Amino acid sequence: MNNILLILQREFWTRVKSKSFLLTTFLAPIGIVVFYAALFFIMSRGSDNVKNLAVIDNAGIVDQSETKRNNLTLSYDYSDLETAKEAYLAEKIDGIIELPPISTDVTNYDIVFHSDEQLAIDETSTIERLYSKKVRNFKIQTLGIDQSQLDLIDTDLNVSPKTIKETAKDISSLTSTVSSVLGGIVGFLLFMMVMIYGSQVMRSVSEEKINRIVEVLISSIKPFQLMMGKILGVGSVGLLQVLIWAVLMIVISIVGTSILGISAMDFGGDTAAITEAMTQEGIKLDENVVGVMKELSSINWAMIVPLYIFYFLVGYLTYSALFAAVGSAMGDDIQDAQALTMVATLPMIIAFYIAIAAVTAPHSTMAVWSSILPFFGPVVMPVRLAVDPPMWQIVASVLSSIVTVIALTWLAGRIYRIGILMYGKKASFKELGKWIFYNG
Amino acid sequence: MAVLSLDNVVKQYSNHRAVDGVTFDVEEGSIFGLLGPNGAGKTSLIRIITTITAADEGTVMINGEPLNSRHPSQIGYLPEERGLYKKMEVGDQLLFLAQLKGLEKRDAKKKIDFWFERFEITDWWTKKVQELSKGMQQKIQFISTVVHEPKLLILDEPFSGLDPINTNLIKDEIYRLNQEGTSIIFSTHRMEQVEEVCEDIVLINQGRVVLNGKVNDIKETYKENIFRIGYKGSKPSLSSNKYSVISQSNDDITIQMTAEMGSNELLNDLIRQGVDIDSYNEIKPTINEIFIKKVGETNE
Repeated sequence: MNNILLILQREFWTRVKSKSFLLTTFLAPIGIVVFYAALFFIMSRGSDNVKNLAVIDNAGIVDQSETKRNNLTLSYDYSDLETAKEAYLAEKIDGIIELPPISTDVTNYDIVFHSDEQLAIDETSTIERLYSKKVRNFKIQTLGIDQSQLDLIDTDLNVSPKTIKETAKDISSLTSTVSSVLGGIVGFLLFMMVMIYGSQVMRSVSEEKINRIVEVLISSIKPFQLMMGKILGVGSVGLLQVLIWAVLMIVISIVGTSILGISAMDFGGDTAAITEAMTQEGIKLDENVVGVMKELSSINWAMIVPLYIFYFLVGYLTYSALFAAVGSAMGDDIQDAQALTMVATLPMIIAFYIAIAAVTAPHSTMAVWSSILPFFGPVVMPVRLAVDPPMWQIVASVLSSIVTVIALTWLAGRIYRIGILMYGKKASFKELGKWIFYNG
Repeated sequence: MAVLSLDNVVKQYSNHRAVDGVTFDVEEGSIFGLLGPNGAGKTSLIRIITTITAADEGTVMINGEPLNSRHPSQIGYLPEERGLYKKMEVGDQLLFLAQLKGLEKRDAKKKIDFWFERFEITDWWTKKVQELSKGMQQKIQFISTVVHEPKLLILDEPFSGLDPINTNLIKDEIYRLNQEGTSIIFSTHRMEQVEEVCEDIVLINQGRVVLNGKVNDIKETYKENIFRIGYKGSKPSLSSNKYSVISQSNDDITIQMTAEMGSNELLNDLIRQGVDIDSYNEIKPTINEIFIKKVGETNE
């Protein structure tokens, strides 16, 4: 045990003290924030040179008091196209918007823009947005439709779940969305963490083998202790890094909200779209926010959080043991190494895709069974946890994960102790199988 | 008393027997040569002794006790293929390796300091291994092998890659440790070093012991009654069925005698002929010659 601790400490401190740890831990999140801030800045900048446009209204739908929209200034001083064109040639205006005559049976209405310069995309859409409402109002008035009747035509549809048994948990239409999104985020994080740190274990194992220090080490301690110390050491680094990121995330979001007036949560999505949706459907969004908050608070966190941590640990241990075994079988031949790495990552990738499918269909046969199966369980089950899977499935999944971890660590240990001493020989899978049954 | 005792040790790999019934003892306080050509089974044997692998059959005893998990802390092992963490600082690295051998941190630090002073490298503590030359790295590797004061030291080609100055430095340390009671197993295929350093040897080929004993006894056993006589003046004319001339020049002659003939008999013959004798030596075989002969025999 003492030896495992020694190895763990070495793995932990050499990593934590290294420049690359500091870089990835502190600069990566800042880098991401700066990237999104830059993106946000770029996307929020439209065309900013003012364009003077003349409007020739042959349809009779414009509101002449409207003289500015975004970077476009609109003038109504020209009575016909010809005088406007003369003004254009005299460089008094930058272009002419010609609205052709309109009737109620027009379903395709072409606005003509006269100019030798092209409109920018955002300018085009400004013009389209400006006149589409005008055309709509024109049609409503001409056809004599009552605005209040018109409002009655549009209906928002919702499927609202309602429980039958009184004992069942109260659910709302938001329950499944909130749960799946939460599950999806957790599943993705788990996948990323296991991939990043599992492959670090693999690299560390093969490094020790290639620089030959492993022979000195295992003349002092058992290979299994070395492997476990390494897996736990790298895992601790992972946990520390995640912890630091979580704290940074909170700090950045607080700072972001107070200084910039934008929340860190918005960085993930299309900020412009969210802001627009908010202003247009202000009340409804508020309702949704309240709903989401309500759903989040109704989730059984006391059970789910420990299970998330459990699956994170079990998932990491399972895959890092696999990575350790693979690392031990590697030589310095990069092509061999790639083929072997593929074998270790394949189950993880399949599990990840099943997890994605489980976000939308958490109760499908595939989702249920793969959340219990070895290798897949630790990735798929966390996705399903928020949608309240039956207790027996959780218990089966936990048990199978534990059995898998123990069996795989044992197996990996068997391969590892032989693999790290094998040089210059290509390790076929048949060979790996034989190593398991060798007598030490 | 034997510090290490192997009895009928067997190690079987899937398609070949790397160690095939090996038996020998290493006396406490001796410098013992473990010899053999490449692929003879030396490394397999060392790995069994250092508990890296286990024997399939036979027993390995250290100080009369069957090999167990307490023993690695009493053994120091310098593998032929040297290896250190390249990016780790020298001091931290030695501290780590010493702690793995069961030393307390404070104790380990004291012992490392002792070696740093001994090798006059006190300013190396914070250097990274990759900043050191190969010879410097070898010194660090040597310290890591002996820092926990092992009772049994196993050195696999300890002088490979060392310049003559460092070779002597390490050689002196090996002698000193041996003087202080450390038993040393010295594995090599450089025979001139074996003759210089070792008292006892075992020669292994194809997983089996082909020769075992004291260096002087073995040389005695494998001597072939060859004498070289240096002389002045006219060539002696030697014609007897009791000996044959191997080579002759203007001032010396090499003669092989039959086993029943004593060396004085040849001397008498020469004196009777009035040969002016300069020197008279028995030519004993070198370990190298015995090695090549025995390996050749077992390979046939």
